[in-house]
Amino acid sequence: MAEIDIRNVVKRFGSYTALERVDLDVADREFLVLLGASGCGKTTLLRLIAGLDTPSEGEIKIGGKRVNELPPRARGIAMVFQNYAVFPHLTVFENIAFGLRMKKLPEAEIDEKVKRSASLMHIEQLLSRYSGQLSGGQRQRVAVARALAMEPGVLLMDEPLSNLDALLRLEMRAELKGVLQESRTTTIYVTHDQVEAMSLGDRIAVMHEGRIVQAATPMDVYRDPATNFVGGFIGSPPMNFLPAARHNGGWQVAGVDLAGPASDNAEIQFGIRPEDLMPTESGLSGTVRVVEPLGAHKLVTMTVADTLFRAVLDSDLPVRPGETLTLAPRPERIRWFDPKSGAAIN
Amino acid sequence: MSVAAATPAASAARPVSAGRWMTIAIVVVLCVWVLLPIYLIAVNALSAPAEVTGWPKRFYPSFDFGSIEFFIQFRGVARALMNSVIVAVLTMTLAIGLGAPAGYALARFRFRGKESFRLLVLMTRAFPLPLLALPLAVLFIRTGLDDSRIGLALVHTTLALPFAILITFSLFLSIPYELEEAAFTLGCTRLQAFRKVVLPLALPGIAASGVFAFVTSWNEVFAAAVLTIQNKTLTAFLLQSLDYSPLPLKFAGGAVLVIPALVFLFAVRKYLFSLWGIANR
Repeated sequence: MAEIDIRNVVKRFGSYTALERVDLDVADREFLVLLGASGCGKTTLLRLIAGLDTPSEGEIKIGGKRVNELPPRARGIAMVFQNYAVFPHLTVFENIAFGLRMKKLPEAEIDEKVKRSASLMHIEQLLSRYSGQLSGGQRQRVAVARALAMEPGVLLMDEPLSNLDALLRLEMRAELKGVLQESRTTTIYVTHDQVEAMSLGDRIAVMHEGRIVQAATPMDVYRDPATNFVGGFIGSPPMNFLPAARHNGGWQVAGVDLAGPASDNAEIQFGIRPEDLMPTESGLSGTVRVVEPLGAHKLVTMTVADTLFRAVLDSDLPVRPGETLTLAPRPERIRWFDPKSGAAIN
Repeated sequence: MSVAAATPAASAARPVSAGRWMTIAIVVVLCVWVLLPIYLIAVNALSAPAEVTGWPKRFYPSFDFGSIEFFIQFRGVARALMNSVIVAVLTMTLAIGLGAPAGYALARFRFRGKESFRLLVLMTRAFPLPLLALPLAVLFIRTGLDDSRIGLALVHTTLALPFAILITFSLFLSIPYELEEAAFTLGCTRLQAFRKVVLPLALPGIAASGVFAFVTSWNEVFAAAVLTIQNKTLTAFLLQSLDYSPLPLKFAGGAVLVIPALVFLFAVRKYLFSLWGIANR
């Protein structure tokens, strides 16, 4: 049992605050993705859980036990590093066996465990090589195999795929998902790649400026972003935003009257995803700037009320730059935000 | 088309080749400057004493070991040679024992005054040894360290230590901290991570900085001549006997001093280059 319980954690580096009051629960055997832009504090949080840094305030529990004062080796964790951290002076076999030897397991057991996790990552034929003789993708496999061989309570991964080229990343992503589902280990996975986050996580925790702004299932994060930052960060292309002014008991967006939530604000923010727009006779109209055919769809970039606005439309729709296009948002997919705090209004 | 293309290329090639000749000439001059004295020492050390003192001079060795034999049997040489080795080994041990931890701390930890410390380490080399020699000699006599191998080794350590610190600093810096962190997560304490991961990777470089400390002590003559009487090192012994020792002895002694230093420095040149920020080879 290795659930993780993070309470009120603050991390300061001198006068700079990297994490401000982070609360997070990770269930046993859950796959949680920490998603955020670089500098948002996601790696800092992971290093606090690993014990490579200590929190300035707050408490971290792993499996119900406070670990704040414990060194990494006593926390029952294993970690995969961004630059793999494969020991260059040891063979692949000795790399994978490193942690098992530290546990002083009998030789036969070490041999068996190394071979098992090597075969999981398909690197059995590389066991006698050194890391200098491996490609980036193979080193990545060694790093994962080394972590899995420890049979940790918690597996921590820090942007493990970010140094691989695009094709290899896609392949490794699918393979990692398979292997990690099999191992059923509590996993925290740090990435800045939203596609990786969506495809891998049971749950995504979106971080922004040292805080967790939303922690929910990938579809919830996508459909119901807790703040306009999350809406703009997740999804490619991102959510469109337009200002909405109080009008006739409803809200007026770019000259169109829409039913919306009750709010004390005179102005709120309207949000819609590019794929939730349909061409129509009367609705949000704007001038088409760029049309990019994507095969199944067409990505249309236009300006609505002087704001950049994107729509993903059927590729058969005849539309050219310079034309005026009118689009209707699907009412059930419209989201509203407080423009000051950025929080969603329901 | 090809003619038109060839003409500007040919005229452009001329200043380039002039520059190349210049470079080659400078390289040749520098090589002769450095290598000729070493060659002459080697030739004379490997010739019979009669040939060394005789005329005309030879420009190739006769591979007669008479001079070397004479040198080794000369009274006091064996003892001075042994002193040199002992002092150099002591210096090497002290410089690495003190320098490597300092280099590790500089490479791995952030602490107040780190940059000033690095500068200070270099500044110690700005102090001319002759300036310190007299107070040092007085201090050594008072503490009873004068004319002892360990006393001389301490002085040589202060000369070698800045380089030992800076070489090991750049060495530890080149080993990613991530490797140590990986070892922590795999069950190591800081000491175990150092022993199992950092040390094997750093060992060649540490050996190189040890060799450099050895050579520093081996070549040092001023402190050795001032601070020792009975326990003279080879450099001090040769300097002292310069006036009355015969020519073959000087050449053989010179060769014995120069050759080990040359061989050692050549072996560790990669690390010395990296210390000064010059790329390998």
